[in-house]
Amino acid sequence: MIEGFVALYIFMLAAFTGYEVISKVPVILHTPLMSGSNFIHGIVLVGTMVALGHAETTAQMWVGFIAVILAAGNAVGGYVVTERMLEMFKSSKGAK
Amino acid sequence: MGFIINVAYFAAAVLFIVGLKQMASPVTARRGIIWAGWGMVIATVVTFLHPEVRGFINYLLIILGIGIGGGLAWYTGKRVAMTDMPQMIALYNGMGGGAAAGIGIVALMGSYELSWTIQFIAVLGVIIGAVAFSGSLIAFAKLQGLITKSLRFDMQQKINLGVLGATVLLGIIISFSGAQVNGALLTVFLLLALAFGILMTLPIGGADMPVVISLYNALTGLAVGLKGLVLDNAALMIAGIVVGAAGTLLTQLMAKAMNRPISNVLFSHFGESSGGDQSEVTGTMKEIEASDAGVMMAFADKVIIVPGYGMAVAQAQHKIWELTQLLQERGVTVKFAIHPVAGRMPGHMNVLLAEAGVPYDIIYDLDEINSEFKTADVAIVIGANDVVNPVARSNPESPIYGMPILNADQAKNVIVIKRGKGAGFSGVENHLFFADNTRMLYGDGQKAASELISSIKEIG
Repeated sequence: MIEGFVALYIFMLAAFTGYEVISKVPVILHTPLMSGSNFIHGIVLVGTMVALGHAETTAQMWVGFIAVILAAGNAVGGYVVTERMLEMFKSSKGAK
Repeated sequence: MGFIINVAYFAAAVLFIVGLKQMASPVTARRGIIWAGWGMVIATVVTFLHPEVRGFINYLLIILGIGIGGGLAWYTGKRVAMTDMPQMIALYNGMGGGAAAGIGIVALMGSYELSWTIQFIAVLGVIIGAVAFSGSLIAFAKLQGLITKSLRFDMQQKINLGVLGATVLLGIIISFSGAQVNGALLTVFLLLALAFGILMTLPIGGADMPVVISLYNALTGLAVGLKGLVLDNAALMIAGIVVGAAGTLLTQLMAKAMNRPISNVLFSHFGESSGGDQSEVTGTMKEIEASDAGVMMAFADKVIIVPGYGMAVAQAQHKIWELTQLLQERGVTVKFAIHPVAGRMPGHMNVLLAEAGVPYDIIYDLDEINSEFKTADVAIVIGANDVVNPVARSNPESPIYGMPILNADQAKNVIVIKRGKGAGFSGVENHLFFADNTRMLYGDGQKAASELISSIKEIG
């Protein structure tokens, strides 16, 4: 069990981390970055798996099942498009 | 077992943050997404061992769900054209928001006792997740061209506020109603939250969608973080909040690039009645033939290309790169100038140019290149409009006044490649098109670029 205040500390530190990591990103990477961060919150998949995993009623099962589908879409789709975008960035072999 | 799971979640959180950090540089960006990808795989696999995951049917449903959702996303993600990237990101983001809302609903439906704080956090997560879900779907539909009009009606903001108020009120009632929340109540609550997302996004114009998608991205992150609290899952908390914070910063950067506060993007009806722009346009639009434009460029010392959404629509980036190479062979210096909000997402143009093979070191930001327009012989504006409109500098009455623009008008000659004579997304007349040093080259971006290429080749 994560205690209330420990949770608060995690929230605060994570928020600063996110802010700092992004603040140094050049504009040219903004779209891939938005896509990449979109992929990272695909971790919600883990949450939906747990939610569906301990579903008791049929209704819970349905909602959980739909949530797993959506989350898997978020994670896989986010990864595929980000990877495709980043694959294309290349330099002009030192020539400026 | 708990130990293994915790180690795996910890590793995943580290991989996410390091991966995100590596995405900050074009050199390491690709490695960054791959590392983050491994983090996701590790976290997903160990979750099958989670003590709270049990029951044969549930296991089966999980695998089936991952197969369906993952399979569909893999298929669509591999096939989507680079120009359609923004709406796909909106769609995938919306799915994440929906999933976060789903977790909250399942938790609230449960028979086990939750403390009211957890219940409240679950409710909050449902609201935020549901709004991100339905809002992102509307953003997707708008960018995809499924919805073309921006719905606006009287009292709109009051009605929206009313819907939000009702949602929050129901949410508070649910928070304090203990275990086994009434199903009907929960359904109405969810529908209200979804309706708010739709109502909030409908009136927003297409030009503002990048900011909105970014905002929903941040909201989904926040919702996921809150679900981490409900489920006692540190991986969800960290990844969700990191994205929530990063997305918020990104949203601010974008809104700043347009010189408008976020509240203005969300609540003002931009592009509808640009009543402020009543200033007289002096001069006329002067047309130019592709052959003449080609000569002008071929004998220039320095050419700056300003691409916009029109280039994306026409899929002209490959032709533009071919044109660039041709000019470079003749010894012309060619640079690309990218406005932060050119296209439908920040960096959208960079992605398209990268796709065509343009090296990123001849692509410049607004700050880097704006002083160079004075020394350029030719500025080619292809499919861009509002981002080069000098009205943003000169006319305080104009709705786009104050937005930083690319000073294309300062180049010795300006060639504007444009399909028709209409105004930009903001609906504001562009004074650049009427300037003395501007020539209009009408036509589809790809066709115009091909004509330029052949006319330069003829010079030999």
